[in-house]
Amino acid sequence: MPDASDFAAIWLTLKLATLVTLLLLLFGTPLAWWLARTRSRAKRVVGALVALPLVLPPTVIGFYLLLAMGPNGPLGRLTGALGLGTLAFTFTGLVIASVFYSLPFVVQPLQNAFEAIGERPLEVAATLRAGPWDTFWSVVVPLARPGFVTGAILGFAHTIGEFGVVLMIGGNIPDRTRVVSTQIYDHVEAMEYAQAHWLAGGMLVFSFVVLLTLYTLYPQTMRGTQR
Amino acid sequence: MKMSTTTITARCRIDRGAFLLDVDLLLPGHGVTALFGHSGSGKTTVLRVLAGLERVAGAHVALGDEVWQDDAKNLFVPTHERGIGYVFQEASLFPHLSVRANLEFGRKRLPPAERRFELMAVAELLGIERLLDARPDTLSGGERQRAAIARTLLASPRLLLMDEPLAALDMRRKLEILPYLERLHAELALPVVYVSHAADEVARLADYLVVLEEGRVLGSGPLAATLARLDLAANFEDDAGVMIETRLEAHDADGLSQLAFAGGVLLVGRRDAAIGATVRCRIHARDVSLALERPRGSSITNILPARVDAVGPGGTPGQVLVRLLVGETPLLARITERSRRELGIETGCAVWAQVKAVALLA
Repeated sequence: MPDASDFAAIWLTLKLATLVTLLLLLFGTPLAWWLARTRSRAKRVVGALVALPLVLPPTVIGFYLLLAMGPNGPLGRLTGALGLGTLAFTFTGLVIASVFYSLPFVVQPLQNAFEAIGERPLEVAATLRAGPWDTFWSVVVPLARPGFVTGAILGFAHTIGEFGVVLMIGGNIPDRTRVVSTQIYDHVEAMEYAQAHWLAGGMLVFSFVVLLTLYTLYPQTMRGTQR
Repeated sequence: MKMSTTTITARCRIDRGAFLLDVDLLLPGHGVTALFGHSGSGKTTVLRVLAGLERVAGAHVALGDEVWQDDAKNLFVPTHERGIGYVFQEASLFPHLSVRANLEFGRKRLPPAERRFELMAVAELLGIERLLDARPDTLSGGERQRAAIARTLLASPRLLLMDEPLAALDMRRKLEILPYLERLHAELALPVVYVSHAADEVARLADYLVVLEEGRVLGSGPLAATLARLDLAANFEDDAGVMIETRLEAHDADGLSQLAFAGGVLLVGRRDAAIGATVRCRIHARDVSLALERPRGSSITNILPARVDAVGPGGTPGQVLVRLLVGETPLLARITERSRRELGIETGCAVWAQVKAVALLA
């Protein structure tokens, strides 16, 4: 049976994934919008940067974020100057790292959804007296809803499944940075296979249900997630 | 109304190598102005510049004394603040909204005092009152376009811009929508700029005509006079021909109606309208043949005495266009160059024009 430390890890994981998903929707939406609509040459560069976490080993991302957050890194100096100390091995640091790590899983579905809308509905809205904000809320968001749902689900699920970045940035500290994936690792290391099964099996079922739900709701997303 | 004295000005110049546009337009602020041209003539770009959907550097756009774009003063009024309506080639209804919510989209963004039309009245005008609760994807192409026109009108535009609203529709749908457009023309005091590459559509709907080719204005003016210009006629190709405003004079007992115009009378199949009604007639140049003497033993009903005003190229090898005056009303005839030579048709000749077909427009 799972014990208190397992439940603490589950709770922390859900908290982390929820926070990261919300942050990604907040920052990922304007980024995806820009990527979908810009004609700037910077588009390819930014697009490639956003997609990096898809191909890099999480330890690479974790390593550089750790350096950046350390006392001599740019982020570390900023937080130090603000009197916040360093972010490495804190929950906040974990949130920031996870935002980078799950970025493409939210930005890419959103970008695809925005591109699919095309120019015309926006022009129609403008000729019907809707300003840009108004158009965004009354036309873009409803038409891009599949993109928002897909992005949110994938971002959430991917954050729950991360391991390498957490280990590098979080350091596996109980109640602060110990999430389900690292907890499973600890159980296995300690030969506690029964407890590892509870969590690992739970993750397996959870992930399957999430993807099944997504593909049932929006069958067209199957292509987009088979990378 | 103030509207009748305003004018629409649009000056713009684009040079993108293959695409050149250089126009300086002064359009009437009332009635329907047609921008006629073939694809690539720049007519849609002019419309988009008027709407503010395209921002061309250096352009100057104004409705009356209200300037919408003046780059010298760094002034650009965005589309949603121009108070225009725009009907696109494809209906572009919002797929996530019902027809009713589509119709209300622009209207509800207006302060109530500025709403000029009631939803039901406009829905009835366009014959979509029974479709209000439907989803856009269940409508036919013609119904969708009518709903899009209704949606545009309900936003109470001060200027209505229409970009080939019928081009994406087949002939049956076109015929289904045209009467509604004519009703708009007749019932609403709203200036319209209508882009089209169909001469017959233009003849039917417009009051004022601008002919564009390869980004330049070839000519412009009141519809009837401009359609009858020999230097522009070749642009209309097979559809070259005049539009004559007539007055329904009498219904004859044998099923014909008499239409009077300045210079004579046309006999047409019975027209169900009141005596005194205005009827637009379209006579294609291809339907007019010429004779030096009054033909005898011809089944053609409309044979009019005319004087040759000018002869010009017909646009097709071996053919010429002849501009005639019937009284003071111009008429175009397309004949072969050989006939012209053999009959000795030249400016000033007296001829008989045989009109094989008269299309009644409205």
